[in-house]
Amino acid sequence: MRNHGNADVSRRGLLLGAAASAALTATPRHGQAMPADADVPSAPHPGPVPIMNPVMNRVSLTVNGAAQTLEMDTRTTLLDALREHLRLTGTKKGCDHGQCGACTVIVDGRRINSCLTLAVMHEGGSVTTVEGLGTPAKLHPMQAAFVKHDGYQCGYCTPGQICSAVAVLDEIKAGIPSHVTASLTDAPQATNAEMRERMSGNVCRCGAYSNILEAMTEVAGQKMADQQNGRDPA
Amino acid sequence: MKFDTPAAANPIDQLKVVGKATDRIDGPLKTTGTAPYAYERHDVVANQAHGFILGSAIAKGRISRMDIAAAKVAPGVIAVVTAENAGTLGKGKWNTAALLGGPEIQHYHQAVALVVAETFEQARDAAGLIKVDYQAEAGAYDLAAARNGATVAKGEPDSTVGDFNGAYTAAPVQLDATYTTPDQGHAMMEPHATIAAWNGDKLTLWTANQMINWGVKDVSQTLNIPEENIRLISPYIGGGFGGKLFVRSDALMAALGAKVAGRPVKVALTRPLMFNNTTHRPATIQRIRIGATREGRITAIGHESWSGDLPGGKPETAVQQTRLLYAGANRLTAMRLAVLDLPEGNAMRAPGEAPGLMALEVAMDEMAEKLGMDPIQFRILNDTQEDPEKPGRPYSQRQLTECLRQGAERFGWAKRDPKPASVREGRWLVGMGMAAGFRNNLVTKSAARVRLDGQGMVTVETDMTDIGTGTYTIIAQTAAETMGVPLDKVAVRLGDSNFPVSCGSGGQWGANNSTAGVYAACMKLRQSVARKLGFNAAEPHFADGHVSSGGHTVPLAQAAKDGDLVAEDQIEYGDLDKKYQQSTFAGHFVEVAVDSATGEIRLRRMLAVCAAGRILNPKSARSQVIGAMTMGAGAALMEELAVDKRRGFFVNHDLAGYEVPVHADIPHQEVVFLDEVDPISSPMKAKGVGELGICGVGAAVANAVYNATGVRVRDYPVTLDKVLDHLPEMT
Repeated sequence: MRNHGNADVSRRGLLLGAAASAALTATPRHGQAMPADADVPSAPHPGPVPIMNPVMNRVSLTVNGAAQTLEMDTRTTLLDALREHLRLTGTKKGCDHGQCGACTVIVDGRRINSCLTLAVMHEGGSVTTVEGLGTPAKLHPMQAAFVKHDGYQCGYCTPGQICSAVAVLDEIKAGIPSHVTASLTDAPQATNAEMRERMSGNVCRCGAYSNILEAMTEVAGQKMADQQNGRDPA
Repeated sequence: MKFDTPAAANPIDQLKVVGKATDRIDGPLKTTGTAPYAYERHDVVANQAHGFILGSAIAKGRISRMDIAAAKVAPGVIAVVTAENAGTLGKGKWNTAALLGGPEIQHYHQAVALVVAETFEQARDAAGLIKVDYQAEAGAYDLAAARNGATVAKGEPDSTVGDFNGAYTAAPVQLDATYTTPDQGHAMMEPHATIAAWNGDKLTLWTANQMINWGVKDVSQTLNIPEENIRLISPYIGGGFGGKLFVRSDALMAALGAKVAGRPVKVALTRPLMFNNTTHRPATIQRIRIGATREGRITAIGHESWSGDLPGGKPETAVQQTRLLYAGANRLTAMRLAVLDLPEGNAMRAPGEAPGLMALEVAMDEMAEKLGMDPIQFRILNDTQEDPEKPGRPYSQRQLTECLRQGAERFGWAKRDPKPASVREGRWLVGMGMAAGFRNNLVTKSAARVRLDGQGMVTVETDMTDIGTGTYTIIAQTAAETMGVPLDKVAVRLGDSNFPVSCGSGGQWGANNSTAGVYAACMKLRQSVARKLGFNAAEPHFADGHVSSGGHTVPLAQAAKDGDLVAEDQIEYGDLDKKYQQSTFAGHFVEVAVDSATGEIRLRRMLAVCAAGRILNPKSARSQVIGAMTMGAGAALMEELAVDKRRGFFVNHDLAGYEVPVHADIPHQEVVFLDEVDPISSPMKAKGVGELGICGVGAAVANAVYNATGVRVRDYPVTLDKVLDHLPEMT
């Protein structure tokens, strides 16, 4: 493991720091319900709370093909690193809890919820966000299919849907089974049931699901045609 | 432009651009992540600090002590805002509870503090260091328990026609059933978010808000500053469904934080805060009584609804549609409002009709069964072409019967076995259900400004919003049609309080009114163009980027060669909505399969046939309807804010606990729009469609579950635990 030099910490110290900040992220100290039947002091005042300065660390990763080095509070999620530090706001924060999929990005070829992972955990990683797929002037085929089939409404879940959709077709192509795959030995196909199952971590409250599936079906069909014709699918 | 007589032939009727299925003009931005939402505006103001809201941990009572000392000295913290240092605050017209609580607490997760820090992580951490001692008071949190103490809400008297009680008692066939719908959350994907920046006494809010002008007024009232010192900017909104009709605590706390911190502050509500901090669709208890002749003619129809809200709040108007939907000489509707200390209830997509039809349209299904009639025939028999409370007052258009007939035909309704639990496919029990959809068309004034430049580009500016509804595109289509230019010669700028005041987005009134306002402004611009080009005689013709009159044809752009031509106008309405009842109609059809062993309910097919006036963009209108059908499926099968009746809050306040439909829940959906134009509605001859899709679909699902299983669930959502014990014997 490379020592980043900005903090004189041992490997063990780094791990502890990361674990502590993950725990802080996962369990906020506020917002707990209190019984209504009595005067309620907040949890017994435990005396002065130790004030800890943020643990800073440096992380180098590739985002949409460009090398980036960031100096960050270790509590920063990959999502906030993208949105607040790199100002790549195409990736959306819908719940910050891994419950909605709006923050889906592709890291080292696999889609993940970027809100559920700390940026410092991705040293040397390669991240593709919706901005890395295409631009308004040069849409990725999945982006173009979403426009054609109106696979979005408010647009807020859309980048996550598109990153997921692109990765889902790759997962199927790679033979990775899902909950609805009938046979673990046969190659899964891009059927409606497979795509719906695999996309179910991406919530669209506007309810564009039926249209998203049509967009994916078109791109999946195009991919198959391209493969048969020996072309490299986009 | 005053609209007080039915529309004659006008430039919109050309339908060269309007009425064509058109890709959204904002599509390339949305699909590439380059459409900017409120919290993301790194581009608009420098030096933004991060705010984090702390919500109350009790539902009702007072803060007895608040210790912010540790938070204030935590790393990165710039300021802490509480009721102590926020100054004197008013309350907006559209808010029921204060947006900043303390010392009095009115509901759970009411904002009590904002921590402003250099980073989000620091603000969040420091918010956890604030210690709040509460003096909790007993509150009312259980609608069923509060039902008997509920009273008539101000301005919502009972409606009576004829002698309901007498006619009901005398009716040979009667139904008396009670239904409940739970509290529901908007759960839009973009959390409420605002960036606030002060420049002297001028405040700018980049925020997510459906109703820009309401927002300006409410910020003014809350902060006690003049409206002209406030600017709201909201070009992209990540869903609203009524949850962003009003200024919420993100906007107020960002403004207060920015003032105290002396620099711009951005605040987003966390997902767990959204459900209790903001508004929700209130739960209802609905009693429906229908009396009919043996032939199936309704002689008495009564609908009573109970709901709750904070003091000063309003009832869920679940009886609304029952005043208008079916014939019957003797009628009664009544709403009772209980005081509940739960978070604030307010509008969510199709307030009133959405929960109201979930009850009424199941009651109609039950009544049809009692009569031994097909449920479609029963509805058609009791159709009316006039307002049943005001005989002689016609509908502008009412094609409900046609929606039902076409829907039945397309869906294969004839194959439905009316005897419940009689169709099996392997382990699945299969059933079909239907319901009528109904939602009023509301007309309200809406203004726009249009500018023609020397390149022939037409730019539209209005404070109208696009919350996913497709507004950018239908406004561009309207301007293109009226000015006779292709779509790519129109630019649309929305959601800025510097632009003329529109109708805003709500109540499915946005499309018809905002485009009518743009049409009015474009017609005024046409006059300026004609004058400028010296076309004084006959009305010139605008087409293909040119203007022609009396044999002369010149490029439109020529009218602006000496400088831009600008026109501003608004649509305002006379009394056509008094003379005519203006509504939209649908027939909803659903097929479900219910696992005979586990009770798992799967949607197999969904169809909506809609009659909603001229459809401006069939592509985005269809999306509005399928989206609403999806939300209606959620209401039918899974959505329920679980109330902690001791502590008074919604327990499942995130997207794991509050379940909404996902990809795997929703089958292919079909939508048909009947060919309809409604010249009484507006010059666009259009009506709303964004809420029609959710109206009735929940009942269609529940009716399909009944047809599949023979289990009648009257308490939504229809979850498997409610059907499991009553499923037919497995064979």
